[in-house]
Amino acid sequence: MSTPNAIKRELTGIAWISPWLFGFLAFMVLPIGMSIYYSLTDYPVIEAPLFVGLDNFAELMRDEIFWLSVRNTVIYAVVSVPITTALSIGLAALVNQKLPGVGFFKAAIFVPTLVPLVASAMIWMWLFNGELGLINRGVMLIGLDHVLGFFVGESSYVPAWLTSASWVMVALVLMICWSVGHPMVIYLAAMQDVPRSLYEAAEIDGAGPVRRLWNVTLPGISPVILFNVITATIGAWQIFAVPYIMFGDGGGPGRAAYFYTWYLYDNAFRFQRMGYASALAWVQFLIILFFTAIIMLASRRLVHYRAT
Amino acid sequence: MATMRTQRVSRLAGKSASFVVLAALAALFILPLLWMMATSMLPIDQALSSELRFLPKPEEGGGLVESVELAAAQAAENYPTVWNDPIVTFPLYLRNTLIVAGLSVIGMVLSSAIAAYGFARVRWRYRERFFWLVLATMMIPFPVLMVPLFMIFSELGWVGTLRPLWVPAWFANGFNVFMLRQFFRAIPQDLDEAARIDGCGHIGIFRHIIVPLSLAPLGLVAVFHFMFVWNDFLGPLVFLTDQSKFTLALGLQLYQSQSGSTPWNLLMAASTMMVLPVLLVFILLQDSFLRGGSTEGLKE
Repeated sequence: MSTPNAIKRELTGIAWISPWLFGFLAFMVLPIGMSIYYSLTDYPVIEAPLFVGLDNFAELMRDEIFWLSVRNTVIYAVVSVPITTALSIGLAALVNQKLPGVGFFKAAIFVPTLVPLVASAMIWMWLFNGELGLINRGVMLIGLDHVLGFFVGESSYVPAWLTSASWVMVALVLMICWSVGHPMVIYLAAMQDVPRSLYEAAEIDGAGPVRRLWNVTLPGISPVILFNVITATIGAWQIFAVPYIMFGDGGGPGRAAYFYTWYLYDNAFRFQRMGYASALAWVQFLIILFFTAIIMLASRRLVHYRAT
Repeated sequence: MATMRTQRVSRLAGKSASFVVLAALAALFILPLLWMMATSMLPIDQALSSELRFLPKPEEGGGLVESVELAAAQAAENYPTVWNDPIVTFPLYLRNTLIVAGLSVIGMVLSSAIAAYGFARVRWRYRERFFWLVLATMMIPFPVLMVPLFMIFSELGWVGTLRPLWVPAWFANGFNVFMLRQFFRAIPQDLDEAARIDGCGHIGIFRHIIVPLSLAPLGLVAVFHFMFVWNDFLGPLVFLTDQSKFTLALGLQLYQSQSGSTPWNLLMAASTMMVLPVLLVFILLQDSFLRGGSTEGLKE
């Protein structure tokens, strides 16, 4: 079958995709191969890599800081993903109505997602500032400090958002809620695709707005929810820039913000342990795959694909 | 009749409740940005005062107008202080960022468009198999590639230069190829036939039909990639070692770590400078962002 014409056709195709193909080989396949090899070596950059087999992976299992970073990251992912998912679906449902000024509200909620990470880290450091930050000023203004104080047995208590190990995670989850505008817009587009006839049928059956959301909207957008939950989980596993900027070296108070990617970065570029860092990278990749597989399996009965 | 009226009333009540909730939430979302800008126009003692202020305190008896004037005057002092900082040279960082952004945006649009054409409009046998690889590349997280890419670029002598940040952009990226392919495929094939009769080859069809009909999605690729470069922190952090090559994102972080965390009015002025261009892009292209267009192709 490989007539000269057929070969020419293949070559034409390859030629057109060659920019991508070259990038794929040079910046994807080659690095992946190198990284697999490095993960089996001891590689302190200034010396050549020394093959050590699976030693790096064995060391990981005994590495307390590795487990600490896994624990922090799992907590962050498990807490932030459901909260941001619920919030962005709720907001999408709210803006998916004919209301005065709804375009403006949508824009106001979306704009924070465009703020560069460094700038948003700075803004939130200022917002979370112990005494002067807007958040604690607000807490004191509405008297929430007395409520919190009641629980700790003092007359007044304001959270030390960024300086106490117990509040750091709460602060970071609050922060990620600021960027739910992006999933909101995606959910909104999906909601507008749900056939109107389904809503009309539900209404005739006497379903109120809550039931319609639960029984029509959510099943209708379930493939998009699945997609967003997976992307958000992958994103949560890569959290790095914001805590790194906020806390500098050390991982925050009590290392409560020392996340997986940060530990990977430190191993590679502060401790010069390229082999160990590569092992960390592959374990991260496997963990992400594992999480994705779990989400896919768990969602099998919940996701409805509309026949087209 | 009565049930219809109660239905109408309850619907109105529901809408009013939605409106109130939504207005409150929108205010909460926008408040951090407003506070950032307000703080950037305060004198330092008022930013750090226990009395909450959004605008500078006027003289005894002065009103809102005077406050606004004071804010403008203070901004005229704070912003140049940041911009002309002797150690953290923002003008240089802006220049570096624009070099990286300019070169990578051009490269990304060109290379992604060419590759997408090969996946959308050229018929060849292994096309779909290669396209699966494109999709697979979107799954690989950057941290996996970070270490070996650093070694490759240091082997090439590129670490410490801007090259690691823009050269890869000339070799397309999975997401953009995917998005443009979806779009190119939707352009009617008859146009190709007509052009072919006129003696056009693939290059002619690409230049005279596909590109002119795809200016909007090509523009979107450009804008999204510009925003990516403007935001990127990890890439510059890993590949730039020399302070004179820093981008704005790194510069802003340097400014924060250099000045500790007390001059909040200046830190917020610096942050505002980094946010404003992005806000401008948003205002100009609002609809493209709010349509959720970046995932349009997923509906297939």
